[in-house]
Amino acid sequence: MIQEPHKAAIIQMFHVHKYYGSKNALVDITLDISKNEFVFISGPSGAGKTTLLKLLYLGECVSEGQILLDGMNLSRISRRQIPFLRRKFGLIFQDYKLIPTKTVFDNIALVLEVTGKKSRLIQKKVKSVLRTVGMEARLNSFPPSLSGGEQQRIAVARAVVGDPKIILADEPTGNLDADSATIIFDLFKEFHARGTTIIIATHDKELIRKSGNRSIYLKKGCLQSSSTL
Amino acid sequence: MILSFFFKRAVQDILDNKVLNAITIFTITLSILIIGAFTLFFINTNDLMGAWEKNIRIMAYLKPTTPESGIQETEKKLKKITGVYNVRFISKKEALNRLKNQLKRQSSLLEDLNANPLPDAFEISLITQPRVWEKIENIARLVESIPSIDEVEYGQRWIEQFTNIFYLFKLTGYAMGGMFLMAAVLIIANTIRLVIYSRRSEIEIMRIVGATDSFIKAPFYIEGIIQGAFGSILGITILFLIFKYIFSNIAGEFSTHFFYIRFLPFAISGCTVVGGMFLGWFGSYLSLRQFLKL
Repeated sequence: MIQEPHKAAIIQMFHVHKYYGSKNALVDITLDISKNEFVFISGPSGAGKTTLLKLLYLGECVSEGQILLDGMNLSRISRRQIPFLRRKFGLIFQDYKLIPTKTVFDNIALVLEVTGKKSRLIQKKVKSVLRTVGMEARLNSFPPSLSGGEQQRIAVARAVVGDPKIILADEPTGNLDADSATIIFDLFKEFHARGTTIIIATHDKELIRKSGNRSIYLKKGCLQSSSTL
Repeated sequence: MILSFFFKRAVQDILDNKVLNAITIFTITLSILIIGAFTLFFINTNDLMGAWEKNIRIMAYLKPTTPESGIQETEKKLKKITGVYNVRFISKKEALNRLKNQLKRQSSLLEDLNANPLPDAFEISLITQPRVWEKIENIARLVESIPSIDEVEYGQRWIEQFTNIFYLFKLTGYAMGGMFLMAAVLIIANTIRLVIYSRRSEIEIMRIVGATDSFIKAPFYIEGIIQGAFGSILGITILFLIFKYIFSNIAGEFSTHFFYIRFLPFAISGCTVVGGMFLGWFGSYLSLRQFLKL
């Protein structure tokens, strides 16, 4: 098993397995991701990239093995604690997952509303994060009226507005043209520079190569390599 | 503060999903309308039965040969019978006067009578008690066993039969009302489930951003309560309008000096609205419980 030593790991996986019935989605995964690391999870479709991310934010539970996340053992987390664990993450998806009936502002504000933040603070933070992603003019727009690239920028804004420790992005540029993908990727680099751990699942080898960051390569649910290209 | 936040969210959600919410409110309105109509019927039938029970009388006719002292003795005996509230002596003379009054224009028919054919009698009123009809026969038998009594009459024997039918009807009504209430809860739960199902991606997104179950549920509960309140107020209002329309013309014919048809009393209307709110909440609760398990 390939494992790289890291000083301060924020995520540690020990012999993690995930089964769906008789199908093995992940097999014996052991790896560390350190604080403020920028790491890719790559591999062909069906390799288990999405499953691995889901295990981290408890979208799914591990079948076997242990995951330690920021000092917490995920197997020991009760159902009630799951929302609080998820607040450590900023999640980004290929299909953006924005609420189409709510404005851009409301979509982003939701993250702060669930934590019970005061509305004045919410106003301030949402506007500030929209400025960062260059979408302040679309505050009152509804997601369906925006382009794919714009929607993903809103999704990024939503992911970072709560100051998460980790950003998990599942194929964030999969639906975007090259220019939009670059904008999104630059945003990730910016948040990484501010101290956030970034984990991106992608099958875009070019993106990984250009970034020069570590890549964890999965194939058929198994960890093949963990290296910097 | 938090409640007003959830309340605002709930109102916004209702406005965002007008059609489905209108369907839910309509379902609640219909349920309340039917349950309300049942209640209205029972309240009035109960009033009617109560009024009849209050006015129930036994007439005991004395043998013509009973002496004056026998009359007083009979009165004492009658008053001792359990269930008897009051005993009033009606002399044959008084009875004839009553008859004359009742006959009015035809009273001349009685003028040819040489002697008063009517007997002395006692009018016995009974203590109002539940299921008085079952006891009346026993009382009548006791009255009849007094030697000076010639004949006993309690003309409302048919009421007894009617009462039995009414009791049966009441039981069936409770059972049907209960079943209807259950059906209403299920229909409402299903309609609310449709609302929730149409917003499942929104719920999924809320969970992704770290919303607790109670944060997700609270607006739905408030929505259910608002829908219940609207639905039941609408139901009661429609029922009232129908009641007004029907009875403004014919209520007079049904009402008598001892009984009048009335609408649901304020307390029951209030309880129905609270019940409607509960129905809405319970519908949301059932749907969410199933939905959030997934």
